[in-house]
Amino acid sequence: MIEKVIFYVFAAILLGAAILVITARNPVHSALSLVLVFFTSAALWLLAEAEFLGIALVLVYVGAVMVLFLFVVMMLDINTAVLREGFARYLPLGALVGVVMVLQMLLVLGSGEVDLAGLGSEAAAGTTGNNVRLIGSVLYTVYVYPFELAAMVLLLAIIAAIMLTHRRRGGTKHQNINSQVRTRKEDRLRMVNMPSERRNDS
Amino acid sequence: MNALIELTWIVTKIVALVIPLFIAVAYMTYAERKVISAMQMRRGPNRVGWHGLLQPIADALKLLMKEVILPQNANRFLFVLAPMLSIMPALAAWAVLPLSDGLVIADINAGLLYVLAMTSMGVYGIILAGWASNSKYALLGALRAGAQVVSYEIAMGFALVGVLMAAGSLNMGEIVRAQEGPIWNWFWLPLLPLFVVYWISGVAETNRLPFDVAEGESEIVAGFHVEYSGMAFAIFFLAEYANMILISGLAAIMFLGGWYSPFTGIPLLGPLFAWVPGIVWFSIKVAFFLFLYIWFRGTFPRYRYDQIMRLGWKVLIPVTVVWLFVVALMILTGFGPWF
Repeated sequence: MIEKVIFYVFAAILLGAAILVITARNPVHSALSLVLVFFTSAALWLLAEAEFLGIALVLVYVGAVMVLFLFVVMMLDINTAVLREGFARYLPLGALVGVVMVLQMLLVLGSGEVDLAGLGSEAAAGTTGNNVRLIGSVLYTVYVYPFELAAMVLLLAIIAAIMLTHRRRGGTKHQNINSQVRTRKEDRLRMVNMPSERRNDS
Repeated sequence: MNALIELTWIVTKIVALVIPLFIAVAYMTYAERKVISAMQMRRGPNRVGWHGLLQPIADALKLLMKEVILPQNANRFLFVLAPMLSIMPALAAWAVLPLSDGLVIADINAGLLYVLAMTSMGVYGIILAGWASNSKYALLGALRAGAQVVSYEIAMGFALVGVLMAAGSLNMGEIVRAQEGPIWNWFWLPLLPLFVVYWISGVAETNRLPFDVAEGESEIVAGFHVEYSGMAFAIFFLAEYANMILISGLAAIMFLGGWYSPFTGIPLLGPLFAWVPGIVWFSIKVAFFLFLYIWFRGTFPRYRYDQIMRLGWKVLIPVTVVWLFVVALMILTGFGPWF
């Protein structure tokens, strides 16, 4: 009973925040609404006893990805009016994609292959309350090759992104950290032993 | 009815944790001022109360009375939201920290992950405060703080991966129990490089000296909270100190055996100190780390910004990656008394 109430409250917050993401005038507000969307869906996953996925969602998307998003959005001076112009033009395409997604979901969920009602209880029974251990043991044994492959693809993507965007401009100054660290007092400081001199400003 | 009783019980536990925590934060500021002044051959606060012991309360009252000023063209909503966003994760993470054997609000299996998730939320308060104040100093401070926190989170996470490998669990209570024994059984010894990396990243995460470029007074006044006054400023202050205590508590749990006495299992000394409750040992360990924070502040000059980034990415992260392999080898070979 109380779980249902929590679910519907969180689902309502989730949908409201999702709508705010696309309707907010201020891009920073949009990004923050997206943070709220992630956080609420993490809470919903917790409700479904998928605590590892829920916390990982907060850790990765809220803690890292959205922080970088917010960084970029804060520093760019985005004119939302220009972005809004294309709304009517792209609406049919967006609606088409939405309809396709809904159809796909209906096909999967309506096929009778997925037992929706038994989903939560089955997971709870199989894991004895510790699905971190279960995910770990499955991920590193049965799915170890797809896992390693995904890691390689991600690494390649990182290197490619850096290579594509990193252009060394001429005329920039670089600190040579090694030489800075190796500096000793004798390199910079000269102690002079000299007798005191008389002031001659009179 | 039962649910109501359970709810009251949970709220009671939270209040019982948060109120001592706030008192600890208040007296942490007092301790900091006293220790720093001792290091600088001054007396520190000594007017309000006996040896200045009422100074934190006087400060809190003064901040409560002050006006909260909203800067011109500031984003009202986010300006008010930012301090709340910075204090909430700092307090929420305490839910899974065991203060003593079984003395924990929520004994969840994914405890370590939960702590990492919560501490990674803290950066939002900083970034939003900087952006919403409509001030160049605040924005610069927020960008610096944000970049620094995000970078050091990686080194910190890796260091904690070593701990969870050694303990074989994500549950905070289990991690402490894996270290049962005298002081040389605790994880600080086999994981010494990770311990050092964790502590350095912890100092950087909380934006404390020597990594406090985020509020470098000489360059950008006070960084992200320069436009805040009164209670809103006090909440940022509270969050910073609550985070310091949190990082110290985590260090005590992960590397210094949590609630265990350093003499556990030693003949003669062990039984001699057996009457001391676990929470006292835990508090002593936390106090030690908090003293380190103050000591650093009194001793080290501020890092240059590019040096901070270099230390995080090019020194600390490689060290942790190498030591993770060493830890894996130690576990495979059943090295020493630890594994």
